[in-house]
Amino acid sequence: MNVFDTVVMALISLRRNPTRTLLTMLGIIIGIGAVITMMEIGKGSSTAIRTTIERMGAGSGIIYPGVRRVAGIRAGTNSWASLLPADAEAILRECPSVSLVSPIVRSSTAQAIFGSENWIPNQMYGVSPSFFAIRDWEIAEGRFFSEREVDRNARVCVVGATIVRELFGGVSPVDCELRINNSSFKVIGVLKSKGANMMGTDEDDVILMPWTTMRMRITGLRSGSATSTKSTLSSRPGDRYPVSGVALYPEQDASMTEDKLVFPKFTYIDHIAFSAVAPDKVDAATAEITALLRERHALVAAQDDDFRIRSASDFMKMMDKTSTLMNNLLLGVALLSLVVGGVGIMNIMLVSVTERTREIGLRMAVGARSRDILKQFLIEAVVMCVLGGIIGILAGHGTALLIESQLGWPIESSPAAVFAAFAVSASIGMVFGFYPAWKASQLDPIEALRYE
Amino acid sequence: MALIELRDITKNYPLGDDFISVLNGVSLEIEPGEYVALMGASGSGKSTLMNILGCLDRPSGGDYFFDGVELGRADGDLRAGIRNRKIGFVFQSFNLLPRTSALENVIMPLAYTAGSLSRSERRKRGMAALEAVGIADRSEHHPSQLSGGQQQRVAIARALINRPPVIFADEPTGNLDSHTSVEVMNLFQQLNADGITVILVTHSQAIARYARRTICMSDGRIVSGLFEGGLAQ
Repeated sequence: MNVFDTVVMALISLRRNPTRTLLTMLGIIIGIGAVITMMEIGKGSSTAIRTTIERMGAGSGIIYPGVRRVAGIRAGTNSWASLLPADAEAILRECPSVSLVSPIVRSSTAQAIFGSENWIPNQMYGVSPSFFAIRDWEIAEGRFFSEREVDRNARVCVVGATIVRELFGGVSPVDCELRINNSSFKVIGVLKSKGANMMGTDEDDVILMPWTTMRMRITGLRSGSATSTKSTLSSRPGDRYPVSGVALYPEQDASMTEDKLVFPKFTYIDHIAFSAVAPDKVDAATAEITALLRERHALVAAQDDDFRIRSASDFMKMMDKTSTLMNNLLLGVALLSLVVGGVGIMNIMLVSVTERTREIGLRMAVGARSRDILKQFLIEAVVMCVLGGIIGILAGHGTALLIESQLGWPIESSPAAVFAAFAVSASIGMVFGFYPAWKASQLDPIEALRYE
Repeated sequence: MALIELRDITKNYPLGDDFISVLNGVSLEIEPGEYVALMGASGSGKSTLMNILGCLDRPSGGDYFFDGVELGRADGDLRAGIRNRKIGFVFQSFNLLPRTSALENVIMPLAYTAGSLSRSERRKRGMAALEAVGIADRSEHHPSQLSGGQQQRVAIARALINRPPVIFADEPTGNLDSHTSVEVMNLFQQLNADGITVILVTHSQAIARYARRTICMSDGRIVSGLFEGGLAQ
């Protein structure tokens, strides 16, 4: 007797009692349905979380200056001016995993004045145009500043929505002149409102301008910042206070310049923002940047890094871990209900074996071997479970679709889950169908035939 | 050579520390083509003997040769194969599968026959068997839609499906009225005429009269009919 015949036979005998078959399958249907729904919702939400994080710049990171240690005393973050604009350029040029780079010069003390209003923005950044792409910030009105404007220290700025509200009373500020620390700036664009970020900071309370302008006009040699660090590396006043066109000191010849490693203090920057070519390349980018900066800063193996790199990938890993944990938990509960469904199958199969004792006796009398009977009941259980599994998959997918349309939760169908559900339901049929089938196969034909 | 040969068959059932002896050394030979009636009072051991002959039960002692092969101690699969291909059973209570058509009932044993036929061949053979017992027109009816006589005909068709040399019938007319009993017995008569060995268990003299040889049992022993038929000559 081949398997196909046995399956047909199983379907026929299941059809003889459709109500009971359906009720028995219900456990499997609910279990598989729950698994499928959980998987689809879980996958959908983790994709949604991932997309959200990516929008916040999952592929990006920020390089901070390292911690300075003098005679065992470690100063805090940003206590060391170690990053140069040239570092930013080198990173873009030499790190294949990095797609965008922008220097950052910060200030949170500069006062902006327009008309009779004044306001100290939470953050004032001097950046390059690629910063907008790195952060995925969009413009609501006007335009971003260009690379050219960075090169020529243009006095232009882009403002956030809070600035518009506080300084301009909600009126479009594009083309208005704004005063910051006694320099006048032209507002060329307004950022799209982003609201508060995950740390609770108002991301709209911001003014952005070319980093060169920021350095030249606003921060200068601000105390407590990277630029004010007392470094003995450069002692030439001309580097500290460049005066173009006037030679105050004798020119150094080429060999002198080469002999002395000189970092013009004025061009130190606070941070470097970067963006990897893809969100999953952040770790690679971090490694490349570390190697490059160590080389550029001439650090030997024993020395610590004089910079730190923070990327969103850690955060993303944490979120991933959380949603995976949640998913597995729900999946565990759903699997538990499958086991309950399996016990239901076993129960009904035992009843069925008892009920059909005469049939089993008859089949043995006309030549069925023990293993034929075992096979028949085992396949019946498997067919029942697989049918239940198929209905469960459809029901689960339907439920997920319903949840998507009614509650607006994101879902994502998972072929792997469908396959797994199918395999699991067949296995449940095998495991829980075996004992009743074995019991049936061990019946004595004479007693079975006489059974009333 | 005898089709069936029993040598000193015994059968005991354990009862507490003791045994109940149901068969006390039965020896018997049945030739091919015989028509045998097995008679005896209740508890005489005729049903037990029948079960042993039909490979449904195993003897406690003695030898059982079927077609020259010892079956009393043979393994289960061999005995199942014999039941499938060499033996046809007809029961008092018909034992048809409920909610299953007559045809499906008839071809059910073919599912356990090695070297399976295709489904259409099986149905063709089932129809032929139903034709042979004269109810081909009821092939799609369920047992509940058939009369007792018709049900027993379906059961006989099922017993014949693998063209076995022997048919065992256990009180085949026990649940039938006298008129349909005659019809069913005529059917057995006809099968025997076609060369099939028929062995039936009955307690009715009227039914036993159809047989050419009557074996009477009492207290687990054969009391008469041992040397009638083939051996008696």
